[in-house]
Amino acid sequence: MKYESLPWLILFLPLLSAAVITLFTLRSKVVSSLISIGAIVAGFVLTLAFIGANGFQPAVTETAVSWLAVGNLQVDLGLKLDTLSLMMTLIVTGVGGAIHIYSYGYMRADRSMARFFACMSLFTFSMLGIVLANNFLFMFIAWELVGVSSYLLIGFWFERPSASDAAKKAFITNRLGDFGFLAGILLLWTLLGSLNFSNLQATLHDNPGALGTSAALAGLLIFCGAMGKSAQFPLHVWLPDAMEGPTPVSALIHAATMVAAGVYMLCRTVFLFEHNPAALQVIAYIGGFTALLAALIAVQQNDIKRILAYSTLSQLGYMIMAVGLSGPTPAMFHLTTHAFFKALLFLGAGSVIHGLHEEQDIWKMGGLKKHMPVTFWTFIIGTLALSGVPPFSGFYSKDSILAVALEQKSYLLFAVGVFVAALTTFYMFRLFFVAFLGEPRNEKAKHAHESPWVMTLPLVVLAVFAVIGGFIGITNHYAAQFAAAPETLSVAQQAFEPLHNLLPMLLGLGAVAAGLIAAYTLYHHTATDPLPAKLGGLATAMRNKFYFDELYEATFIRAHDFIAAVMDWIDRWIIQGACIGLVRGGTDLAGRMLRLVQTGNLQTYAFLFVLGVAVMLYLVLVK
Amino acid sequence: MHVGLHHYLTVSILLFCLGLLGVILRRNLLVIYMSLELMLNAANLALVSFSWFNSQLDGQVLVFFIITVAAAEVAVGLALIVALYRKRQSAHVEDLTTMKL
Repeated sequence: MKYESLPWLILFLPLLSAAVITLFTLRSKVVSSLISIGAIVAGFVLTLAFIGANGFQPAVTETAVSWLAVGNLQVDLGLKLDTLSLMMTLIVTGVGGAIHIYSYGYMRADRSMARFFACMSLFTFSMLGIVLANNFLFMFIAWELVGVSSYLLIGFWFERPSASDAAKKAFITNRLGDFGFLAGILLLWTLLGSLNFSNLQATLHDNPGALGTSAALAGLLIFCGAMGKSAQFPLHVWLPDAMEGPTPVSALIHAATMVAAGVYMLCRTVFLFEHNPAALQVIAYIGGFTALLAALIAVQQNDIKRILAYSTLSQLGYMIMAVGLSGPTPAMFHLTTHAFFKALLFLGAGSVIHGLHEEQDIWKMGGLKKHMPVTFWTFIIGTLALSGVPPFSGFYSKDSILAVALEQKSYLLFAVGVFVAALTTFYMFRLFFVAFLGEPRNEKAKHAHESPWVMTLPLVVLAVFAVIGGFIGITNHYAAQFAAAPETLSVAQQAFEPLHNLLPMLLGLGAVAAGLIAAYTLYHHTATDPLPAKLGGLATAMRNKFYFDELYEATFIRAHDFIAAVMDWIDRWIIQGACIGLVRGGTDLAGRMLRLVQTGNLQTYAFLFVLGVAVMLYLVLVK
Repeated sequence: MHVGLHHYLTVSILLFCLGLLGVILRRNLLVIYMSLELMLNAANLALVSFSWFNSQLDGQVLVFFIITVAAAEVAVGLALIVALYRKRQSAHVEDLTTMKL
């Protein structure tokens, strides 16, 4: 393998950048941002160089430094370099690089821009750690670091209480998932004796029944980690609130990369689930349910970022559903194309917000086509890609997921997938018609201006990938990793691949058409939202996110507060009052009693002398 | 009746106990001091009677020492009492409680 040290360099450059910014250049906005952008773009270039020299399946797939050897636990700080991790590295550094460049323009006016870039570099390092890790422990450490970076970035404008609350919510919800994840890791180590992915894969390959009766449990516990990180039901509540962070953060972390880490982790550990139909069923249904729930909520959201956040939740549901249907290739394909068009959509939304001076309500926008043409055209490309209109990339990836659902004869999930595709088109075009077309609804919209080139250039680059993503051979690479008999398709073959499975393609296109017609009828040239009148209570429930936050508040948070109050009572009255009080009171009482002896009276002392002498005499003479 | 050693010792013990009672129960400093002297003299009596009845001079020699020491002690003690009286204007032992905790 050539250039063996390149992967280490790619991994540690962002960490170095974060350290340098934090220690030395926090006062200089421009220098800090250039260091951070330099680190990630260098990472992208180096990744390309590495792949160019070694291809996607390097001869040696692991490099390691031995880190922890205790008893029979052997943990290395190791990098696994196969197609999956190299593709993910390209996504993280490539899309991340575009977002970093965009942030230079977006965060220009913010006085803490340097801190922003330090946190972004820390995030890049952690995400690369997850993607390149070759064992569970290293991945878990990077997993937690990503959570920390997310906390720092969501709560970036921490003086705003809603932002710091959202950051806490994200971190705590993630920790709940990580609790299950850690339990799963421990279970795997106990049963199989290793944490290294290659070792585990080999062990399970030789002995599929090695996990015995705990197979489903181990699989589901590992899935808990994905539930937390990829915001699946019931741990989905943190993602919409995470929109409190700056828009580039939403684009990078909560659309393209971090939330995809759960899907990546499941694909990395796909060998655990191969003979585990029970766990796969649970995963698939949770994914499908999340997709449906999020799409329904998105239909009635009015904040541009919330709509995109619920859209992300829904697409993650698709990816998880695909994993559960034993289709890691479609899942990773959708993850890749989703990274392109969702980052594009979020950056476009950021451009709109920036141009309208921090306005995020779509009903206060309108008529942006003539004021912000580049944003307009890239946004429509992103919308078309997300909705799954051919020949954009989303069409191919979504179609592959629907095809695998049908192939596994999972008709309910297939129906859910088609319905959610219709809903996706509906709410995205609702957003598009209301925010970009029609007449400006408000003063800010009338005076909107296009963003500077440093923000629109990344939009254009991502738009290009959103268009061509279906044909550039992404599926080939993933199939080489996962499929038993991979075939390499040419560009023309990839373009016409969906025609092999007519039913999913036709139903998918029909869903898109239905959603588009419905959105056009209801939202083209309207001043207010007509849906609440038509749907009444359902629309209110959708707007209020089906009251999940309130439900959690009433049950878990209350229970937690109650337990905390009880523990406080115990600490205050029993431990402090009774136990410590007892000791203190006892010592005090003893002291008071002994003090009675010291009367200051001469005759008392003389009397005590006499008593002492009498006792001594008694002891000497009588005993 | 023949007066033996035990008679003298009994007197000595009685004197000692009377002196002790005086130290513990009397409230005038000077009376306490006198009772203290009484206790010393009781010890002297015991020593002399032992010396007489055992025909050895050791007890009487010790008594000489005790008398001398007692005299010196009285001098010092009375000086202390006078100083204390001048400070406190009282010879009442219940007024001397500054060492109370």
